[in-house]
Amino acid sequence: MSENFKFITPELFLVVFNLCFLVAMLFVKSQAILSNSNKISAVALLTTALLVYSNPVDSDPIINGFYTSNEFTAFFKILILLLSSVILYLSDAYLKKNNLLKYEYPVLINFSVFGMMIVISSNDLMTLYLGIEIQSLSLYIIAAYRRDNLKSTEAGLKYFILGALSSGLLLYGISLVYGSTGSTQFHIIYNSIMYTERMLGLQIGMVFLLSAIAFKFAAFPFHMWTPDVYDGSPTPVTAFMAIVPKLAVGAMLAKVLFDVFGGISDKWQMVLVFLSGGSMIIGALGAIAQTNIKRLVGYSSIGHVGFALMGLAAVSPEGLSGFIIYLFLYSIMMLGIFAFILNMEKEGVLVADIYLLAQYSENRPGASFAFSLLLFSLAGIPPLAGFICKLYVMMAIINSGLMYLALVGAIVSVIGAFYYLRIVYIIYFSESRGNLDAKIPAGHLLILFLSSAAIVIGTYNLLGVEPLTRLAAESLLY
Amino acid sequence: MIPLYFFYFFSFIAILSSFFVIFANNPVHSVLWLILTFFSVAGFFILVGAEFLALLLMIVYVGALAVLFLFVVMMLNISFAGLRSGLAQFLPFGILIGIVIFAELILAFVPWEFKEQAINNRSVAIDTAEDNTVALGKIVYTDYFLLFQCAGIILLIAMIGSIVLTLRSRPDVKRQSITSQIYRDPNTSIEVKDVKPGEGI
Repeated sequence: MSENFKFITPELFLVVFNLCFLVAMLFVKSQAILSNSNKISAVALLTTALLVYSNPVDSDPIINGFYTSNEFTAFFKILILLLSSVILYLSDAYLKKNNLLKYEYPVLINFSVFGMMIVISSNDLMTLYLGIEIQSLSLYIIAAYRRDNLKSTEAGLKYFILGALSSGLLLYGISLVYGSTGSTQFHIIYNSIMYTERMLGLQIGMVFLLSAIAFKFAAFPFHMWTPDVYDGSPTPVTAFMAIVPKLAVGAMLAKVLFDVFGGISDKWQMVLVFLSGGSMIIGALGAIAQTNIKRLVGYSSIGHVGFALMGLAAVSPEGLSGFIIYLFLYSIMMLGIFAFILNMEKEGVLVADIYLLAQYSENRPGASFAFSLLLFSLAGIPPLAGFICKLYVMMAIINSGLMYLALVGAIVSVIGAFYYLRIVYIIYFSESRGNLDAKIPAGHLLILFLSSAAIVIGTYNLLGVEPLTRLAAESLLY
Repeated sequence: MIPLYFFYFFSFIAILSSFFVIFANNPVHSVLWLILTFFSVAGFFILVGAEFLALLLMIVYVGALAVLFLFVVMMLNISFAGLRSGLAQFLPFGILIGIVIFAELILAFVPWEFKEQAINNRSVAIDTAEDNTVALGKIVYTDYFLLFQCAGIILLIAMIGSIVLTLRSRPDVKRQSITSQIYRDPNTSIEVKDVKPGEGI
């Protein structure tokens, strides 16, 4: 038993910390500790990241086959833990200003992160389902965290109902897959698929599974909740939802596709082409009409999910590596974007209208420049990192012979450039003045600058992440 | 032969009572019919030898969920006649979707056959010498401990969530503080005033 526990030390540490923190905070009345609760939890997340780093890897399934711990899971777990601790730090100022500073917030974020770790490491459809439930249940709650705000409660309720629907789809798919293969464990399903001829029930189950995951990933036919939920949730929660679960769900999707249904990739390739193309088009067209930056980011995330899925649709090691690189750089860019959005304030109140950014460059030339650089990168303007990762997935898809999808991607990124560049235009050249407050805390500014520096340096060497992603992709593909 | 008669008996009651769930006018009656449906389905589980699932169905669905429904129906006082008003309008479309889903299910399940290795893939072999309550208990807390703990954490999160979203601290409510009551003494609670005749305090 103890040799099992050594693989899940990081998860155990996070949960035990969370439980102790929850109980301790019930009795601690000190305002100083309460106001630092986000930072304490952020440190715990960093410690967990260290534990993941030092955790042993094993190419075989562990804990009775329910769990895995390899380079792929370690890469995503460390990324998720680092990003969530930064987001916890970023949320501090907003929560204090809006009187939302309660110790439950970091607890729920940490539980959500724990769920994501389970999801990434799962080697069994049941573990996968439970992990998804842990992470999304926490997200539903923090989406409705401003319970006196109508939009926030609406966002929480919408997210909850649609999430419950997608969980239903997932469970139905799992039951069909289980019924046709006799197991819920990834490696056993993979082997049974390899040695049998076509199974209709299995394929239907697979489509249900993919639909449910697309729901969580906000990919095209299941994207409707994204703008509303992003808009309604408190902005730090939006930042969390737009960055961290995307990584976890992306890792899970790659794992389900290659580890479970690897033997019938011809069956799911077209599904992914459909999801990817649709998401790219919807993301680009939907964002054009938006003037609210949170909704705009929502649509933009749909579009980027489409681009990332292109890497998976290529069904090749280089495509998978491109997918991981895309998710990595997307999360880095989004971190900077949200460090900026969290400081779009007018008279001390957070605003989301992009026209209020008018002539912001006069107030804060440095921050405006960094933000514009990030927008250029999101639009995929060469030579920034956002362009490089688009190039990676497009190369992969062209090598797999799906030229038309790459063409759709190219056209769509030109359309998408319009709404990113419009924000840059408003910041620099607009006639009127938005009169936003010019105050940005030093920590936020640092994250904004680091993020935009990362995308510039990333053009040169992709931040040295490429060998890591290759290693991760190899460990997933055996 | 006798199990067959029981099967028909339970299925007849299950189908009949689930029709009444939909067509009963009074929502409280609907819930009661639902309970009857659960009972007959529990009968099926007994017939196939899954007595633990039968008990679970009784305890969880009848004991907890159905009673919860009853409370909700009675306390929320929803006008169900109002909810039914669009019935004639949506019925044809609903029936159409129902037929489509039914056809899809038939398409999916008619050619269904279990592969021979599906039996070998089972992680736990069926031991007929043991009650299935005992068999489940043996694996849930050992082989499946990870899943069991995760399920526990889901329940904890649900609890934290319901508290976060509903608990309000009200500063205007006066609560009893027994210690401060005990520590009162005459010096702090009684004040002697010398009232001059003809003047107020």
